Amino acid sequence: MNTLEKEKMNDRDIQVILGTLLRAGVIISMSIVLIGGTIFLIHNKGAITNYKVFKPELSKFSSIIAIFKGVSTFQGDAIVQFGILMLIFTPIARIVFAIFSFLIERDYLYVLIGFIILAIITISLNGGLAH
Amino acid sequence: MSVLLFTIIVLLGAFLAGLLGSLTGLGGGVIIIPLLTLALGVDIHYAIGASIVSVIATSSGSAAAYVKEGITNIRIGMFLEIATTVGAISGAIVAVYLNANYIAILFGCILIFSAIMTLKKKVDHSTLDNTDKWAKFFKLNGSYPDKGVDHQYAVKNIPGGFLMMLFAGTLSGLLGIGSGALKVIAMDNIMRLPFKVSTTTSNFMMGVTAAASAVVYLHRGQIDPGIAMPVCIGVLTGATVGSKVLLKANTGKLKIVFAVVVAFLALQMIYKGISGL
Repeated sequence: MNTLEKEKMNDRDIQVILGTLLRAGVIISMSIVLIGGTIFLIHNKGAITNYKVFKPELSKFSSIIAIFKGVSTFQGDAIVQFGILMLIFTPIARIVFAIFSFLIERDYLYVLIGFIILAIITISLNGGLAH
Repeated sequence: MSVLLFTIIVLLGAFLAGLLGSLTGLGGGVIIIPLLTLALGVDIHYAIGASIVSVIATSSGSAAAYVKEGITNIRIGMFLEIATTVGAISGAIVAVYLNANYIAILFGCILIFSAIMTLKKKVDHSTLDNTDKWAKFFKLNGSYPDKGVDHQYAVKNIPGGFLMMLFAGTLSGLLGIGSGALKVIAMDNIMRLPFKVSTTTSNFMMGVTAAASAVVYLHRGQIDPGIAMPVCIGVLTGATVGSKVLLKANTGKLKIVFAVVVAFLALQMIYKGISGL
């Protein structure tokens, strides 16, 4: 097998694993959202909604720490937010996986590109820019 | 309105948005935002936060299928993700300081533009001329399988495509949409990719782009579980059903009817934005 064909084979394997990873991420996180949503509805179904004006100071789960605290006390809305967090991490995990697979392929240019994307997201994750 | 009633209405609306979004190729985000803001009076900041979550869900879900078929060009996707993520984060940060009325007006304009784009007949610009230096350096030229035959293609004008993606990413972060229409322009018209590759690769990139801005929104408290939950479940279910129907239905007429509805929603958003200034 020449190197070109070998590279192609590897590319195909990567794509199959990537596809599975994405699908699993979506299914798992959406199930968590559904479970959390059910709990949230059972406890709050009669409450009155108010989304007319954006009030960021009222948001209970706007940090990862707050979400984990809420999940540990089994609050429905915290579990929903945890599922959303998992969903946000699905494409990010995809980048991490891509970095590994390009490393195996010895395609260091794309390893670097993967790290650049991760770095950009990490900067925003730290909230340094958001506050 | 009680939480239960609100959840049911949003769930149904989001299902419809996801269904129509996937049938017309507009995406669920551009439809759920007007529904939430115009029909339910939800502040556009919350609507955007919920929409971006649904964009991640639908794009990751369908990307899974495309990637397995081997049509997606992962290198092009990752290379351009540098541009879209930088754009998305900048857009999301700017959105925080923008008045809701300005966002509504901008949203309406992009909505009209997207509706026109879905109606325009697509012209295949793909090329085999693989002399582009950037494309060679970044190994972007490739091939995709179609009915058992491998089709080669070459990529052109990388800096132009990169800039357009920066813009597409900014709008995505600013408005909480996938901005697929702009991404396809960048890849079809500027970089001259074949349709199949550009649509699937654009979809592949949407997840990471949306995740980048979602992180900023989460910190800002724009993602409210009470809205995001019915929106992402509804849109994802609708989009999944839509992609199954799409294989059988003739969407030509539907697209026209739908473009008119979308244009009407867009005008209403612009009107609401202007009258609120």
